[in-house]
Amino acid sequence: MTKTITDVVCPFCGTLCDDLEVVVSDDGKKLLEVYNACAIGAEKFLHSQAKDRITRPRMRQEDGSWKEISYDEAADYTARMLADAKKPLMYGWSSTNCEAQSVGSEIGEAVGAVMDNTATVCHGTSLIAVQDIGIPSCTLGEVKNRADRILFWGCNPAHAHPRHMSRYSIFPRGFFTGKGHTGRKVIVVDPRVTDTARVADVHLQIEQGHDYELLDALRVAFKGEQLPDVVAGIPKAKIYEVAETLKSGRFAIIFFGMGVTQSIGKNHNIDAAIAVTRDLNEYTKAAIMPMRGHYNVTGSGQVWGWQFGFPFAVDLSRGFARYNPGETTSNDLLRRDEVDAVFVLGSDPGAHFPFSSVRKIYDLPSVAVEPHETPTTEICKVHVPVAFVGVEVGGCAYRMDNVPIETRKVVDAPEGMMTDEEFLKSVLMRVREIKGV
Amino acid sequence: METVTLTIKNQPGLFLEADSITPDAFAGKKAEEIVDLPVYVGRDEHRLGDFFEVSGRAGATPAETKIVVNGDLSRVKYIGMKMTGGEVVANGNADMYVGAWMQGGKITVNGNVDAFAGTGMKGGEILINGNAGNYLGAAYRGDWRGMAGGKIIVKGNAGSDLGTFMNGGEIIVGGDVDVHVATHAEGGKIVIKGNAKRRLGGQMVEGEIYVFGDIELMMPGFAYRKDVDIEVDGTKGLFALYEGDLGERHRKRKGQMIYGKLYQRIRA
Repeated sequence: MTKTITDVVCPFCGTLCDDLEVVVSDDGKKLLEVYNACAIGAEKFLHSQAKDRITRPRMRQEDGSWKEISYDEAADYTARMLADAKKPLMYGWSSTNCEAQSVGSEIGEAVGAVMDNTATVCHGTSLIAVQDIGIPSCTLGEVKNRADRILFWGCNPAHAHPRHMSRYSIFPRGFFTGKGHTGRKVIVVDPRVTDTARVADVHLQIEQGHDYELLDALRVAFKGEQLPDVVAGIPKAKIYEVAETLKSGRFAIIFFGMGVTQSIGKNHNIDAAIAVTRDLNEYTKAAIMPMRGHYNVTGSGQVWGWQFGFPFAVDLSRGFARYNPGETTSNDLLRRDEVDAVFVLGSDPGAHFPFSSVRKIYDLPSVAVEPHETPTTEICKVHVPVAFVGVEVGGCAYRMDNVPIETRKVVDAPEGMMTDEEFLKSVLMRVREIKGV
Repeated sequence: METVTLTIKNQPGLFLEADSITPDAFAGKKAEEIVDLPVYVGRDEHRLGDFFEVSGRAGATPAETKIVVNGDLSRVKYIGMKMTGGEVVANGNADMYVGAWMQGGKITVNGNVDAFAGTGMKGGEILINGNAGNYLGAAYRGDWRGMAGGKIIVKGNAGSDLGTFMNGGEIIVGGDVDVHVATHAEGGKIVIKGNAKRRLGGQMVEGEIYVFGDIELMMPGFAYRKDVDIEVDGTKGLFALYEGDLGERHRKRKGQMIYGKLYQRIRA
């Protein structure tokens, strides 16, 4: 006999779908099937059942091989590494629950660490722009029920957030959007013809790296001022037309991704996009939302926001919180040799950081807390495998629209495995013993 | 004016946070007191004397104090931070935050400075005889009140995000600049004697930018108005005047809309 668990929350991307159905064995130890999830989400659940899964901490030996160690030994190594360092970097935090993020913050405060999350190479620039000029945003529910002008700028949800378009943005029939996609106008701004661009009514194939100019041009067009003949490779007639399309809607929403947050100008691109949204509110209702990647990167910004006042790149080394992306961001710290130990949890910098930074992590004392084997676990000195949050343990996560959703446990973790939160609590206890506080 | 001379003798393992290297912190102190001022490496507090040889004595007030710092300062942050008077001369490359939140006095750097020099500056003068990094004379993160007064002169090139949220004061760059100049500016004056890249005056409300060399790409929100004959920092010439950012909000004065002004020199 099997059991079907309904309303399961998917711990993969920031869309945080909450309508999954998972079939488990009668004893709750095996996960058999996943329904309603996208291919990536289903794979995340099924991967927890991998036969070759690492279930015990391990330490890299002189000859390059791994030696199995106990969770106590791993906690002791981690605590000593953090307590000995003058300025350790504690990075990641986006693929775990808010409870673990909160314990991590206590460790960071105790050892004077720099706390940084994956926003640093993702939507951190959006957070800088929000600080600079604020943000008119909304929930995904409002998008589903009200939005009739959908603008995707530098993002490709067809691949990165596979169910976003069907659940919230393009296809669903909502309270005031009963005609589904036929009642919506979809605009995509992307230099490539992506699968998202293929379903759009208008695709502005922008010249790469000219987003700031095109956003500025839209603002000029809203005001009816004169434009140059071509901006960012788009003829001015087209820009006036798109400006009119946006103004004529009842509710416009701008979704944006890495194409604008990590191309030239970074925070300035988002700053201009927020200004476009603000301008649109002179004519209709408009909102803007970052397409957050990891399922709980938003949550780590929330947790640090209320604990330290800053959502990422928080330097606690002097006993008070300082924040200045460009200085306190992970890649700048690694590149400049500003940190002397690296702790990674719930992220894979080995795969996503520039090689020069990855090399620095390899050269430093380092610990990776991670359920999978990843490029990061390959370069760290100690790898601590943990239970999958949202599969083997529940906990709070924040969706990309800042709505908190409680994830659920659907299956037991392999015998004797710790969760992120349990492991961090044992590290915190050891740190306090070492420091005598 | 009394002079204190610091010479770096030990390089920090990581970076040295030396916000105590200011005439304000030194004023009224003898060398043996100055060596005890706190500096930080990561979470550890050290004495200034652990890293620097200190000689001479400070004046009674910051305005009567001159500090000369010798050696490689490329791992030393916050030199001259929040100073209100007196003088600092750094003979070597300095790291981030030189003269950040400075209110008065003068800083001379005989070398390059890294990012965030003159952040949130209110007054005084910074002279950089080498190149400057990104965010020169910009606002601190999240602050919409950037540089309000004072003068920054860079002989070499400057990086990106020059004078973000600038409200007043003057920045003169002898060489070239990177992208984003005077973004969100509401006042102040920036002179670029070399070439500029892109995104000059994006979201600019008010203020002036002068470019002597080429501009790779003009913002779509800037419109050509007319040619004007003016003198800029001792150079007389014909400049093309552009106004913008037309997409941004602007104030009216005496019934006239006030725009940011961008002057580009017309070469004969």
